[in-house]
Amino acid sequence: MSSHSSLIESSATAQLELLMRGDLFSVELTQAYLDSIASRDANVGAFLRVEKDRALAQAASVDKRRQSNKPLGKLAGLPVAVKDVLCDQDTITTCASRMLENFRAPYDSTVVAKLKAADAILIGRTNMDEFAMGGSTENSAFQITRNPWDLERAPGGSSGGAAACVAADMAPLSIGTDTGGSIRQPAGLCGVVGLKPTYGRVSRFGLVAFASSLDQVGPLARTSQDAALLLETIAGHDLRDATSLDRPVPAYSQSVAEPLAGVRIGLVREHFAEGLDSEVASAVRDAVAVYESLGATVKEISLPHSKHAVATYYVIAPCEASSNLARYDGVHYGHRTDEAEMLEELAAERKALEAAKDEVGLSRLDSSLVRMYRKSRSEGFGAEVKRRIMLGTYALSAGYYDAYYLKALKVRRLIRQDFDEAFREVDLIAGPVTAQTAFKIGEMVDDPLSMYLVDLYTVSANLAGIPGISLPCGFDKSGLPIGLQLLAPPLEEERLLRGAHMYEQATDWHQRRPEI
Amino acid sequence: MAITRSDVEKVSLLARLQFSDSELDRLTGELAQIVEYVDHLSEVPTEGIEPMAHAVEVHNVFVSDEVMPSLPRDKALANAPRHNDRAFLVPPVLG
Repeated sequence: MSSHSSLIESSATAQLELLMRGDLFSVELTQAYLDSIASRDANVGAFLRVEKDRALAQAASVDKRRQSNKPLGKLAGLPVAVKDVLCDQDTITTCASRMLENFRAPYDSTVVAKLKAADAILIGRTNMDEFAMGGSTENSAFQITRNPWDLERAPGGSSGGAAACVAADMAPLSIGTDTGGSIRQPAGLCGVVGLKPTYGRVSRFGLVAFASSLDQVGPLARTSQDAALLLETIAGHDLRDATSLDRPVPAYSQSVAEPLAGVRIGLVREHFAEGLDSEVASAVRDAVAVYESLGATVKEISLPHSKHAVATYYVIAPCEASSNLARYDGVHYGHRTDEAEMLEELAAERKALEAAKDEVGLSRLDSSLVRMYRKSRSEGFGAEVKRRIMLGTYALSAGYYDAYYLKALKVRRLIRQDFDEAFREVDLIAGPVTAQTAFKIGEMVDDPLSMYLVDLYTVSANLAGIPGISLPCGFDKSGLPIGLQLLAPPLEEERLLRGAHMYEQATDWHQRRPEI
Repeated sequence: MAITRSDVEKVSLLARLQFSDSELDRLTGELAQIVEYVDHLSEVPTEGIEPMAHAVEVHNVFVSDEVMPSLPRDKALANAPRHNDRAFLVPPVLG
């Protein structure tokens, strides 16, 4: 058992070396993680579905090809968990929604196709907030995911399952998505590394859309070295995503160990304002001191429009969501209401209105098709998804477009310009990922606005399109992880990873493990 | 701009959603609170600022006009709640 647990506690990079040398079979490694899932996931709830048979078959195939010296992909034999929002051909992809409970993806997302081509072992699908809307994973239609560091607390979200499965050693690598912080925030709250790439760095083809101008796919891992390995596997231009960037993908895993000599780090004045927990603030300041001891220079900077970021985000994201989620109409795929019941209900309403001679009521009565849409959507979507569709539809409706959406797009440019300005003076921006450590399950479910404000430090990177990484930088007095966020200019993922790696070399926060 | 219950009702039709009376009451309160919060954007001076629709400016992306494989009909219909092997079926639209 001890060799078993030391195997799953070693890094993905170390596991890959053992696999490549022939000192470890993928079947053994995959089985070790399946055993870990079997013993821990009843408590954590990170996985919606574990693909045991397929994973073991993939692993056996990799082992066989390796033994006969056949060519293998760059992650050959390494298990990877995938957030249940990326299409995987012929398997269920639910987005943690009743709407898609039985949906089988007709094709692979580009990210899943790249993982398959890399011979990664697709071990299972992780839980999330429904359609990636939320910051606690409590909006999943199917199950709660618990924070491995304290099972009474939320893992964050929306990629809560993706972060929790890495934190609890149920997968060495996992794929998340980040629209307003959904990789970095759960990574921070679960004490793992999570990277949101530059908008367009990773293809969104086959990623179920939430807010198309903000969504990005990215890696979660134990270390920045492991995150680099996964990022270089999934990044790159894709003809099927017109917003993907046609730029070469650096060999992140090769450069990650080179420290950034004389790196200039910016601390954002506005990040250390009221609301920031004192233990989080001091852990972040200590992390910055570590950088100084490694030769970094530190400068205070200002992002004057950052205070508007959450408001800007909660206009743009719901507007795009309301448009994207219009496709769930109960016709082409997804949940449809019981038709006979619906038609009966409608006939009864018509009869009552006719009896009352209510002409206005009759003229407003839904057609059967409209009622089918309305009932199917209302039954299929959860409360938070409906709230955001309503907010976005309102903001885009006649008379409000200029006041909300157009205005938010202008403020978005101001937010970006603040970053462009700041990055003239510094190479990286360092700060907290969240103002507080992990909150209790249920603590914020009845207060949507407070839940939205959790995104304070993360949404700006999505609005500006810049890359960001979250890495462990300490623990509070309750033993909950604290995350450090680093931000870099567009397409400087390499700088982020090298910056994260040099900090990891000087500290051991990333090596701590929760007791489950 | 305070959001009213009748706004919420109208928007629910536009959004093709349906709510019970108690849900409408709750939503009206929640949306009013969120709208009040995002209304602060109106105070930000944005004269002469171009809206930013995408985070990285991607200009026209052209692809060559080649015939590529597309989703076969049986696969496109496979997830449909109701179909007749040729088309998606919906409730009667007229009448």
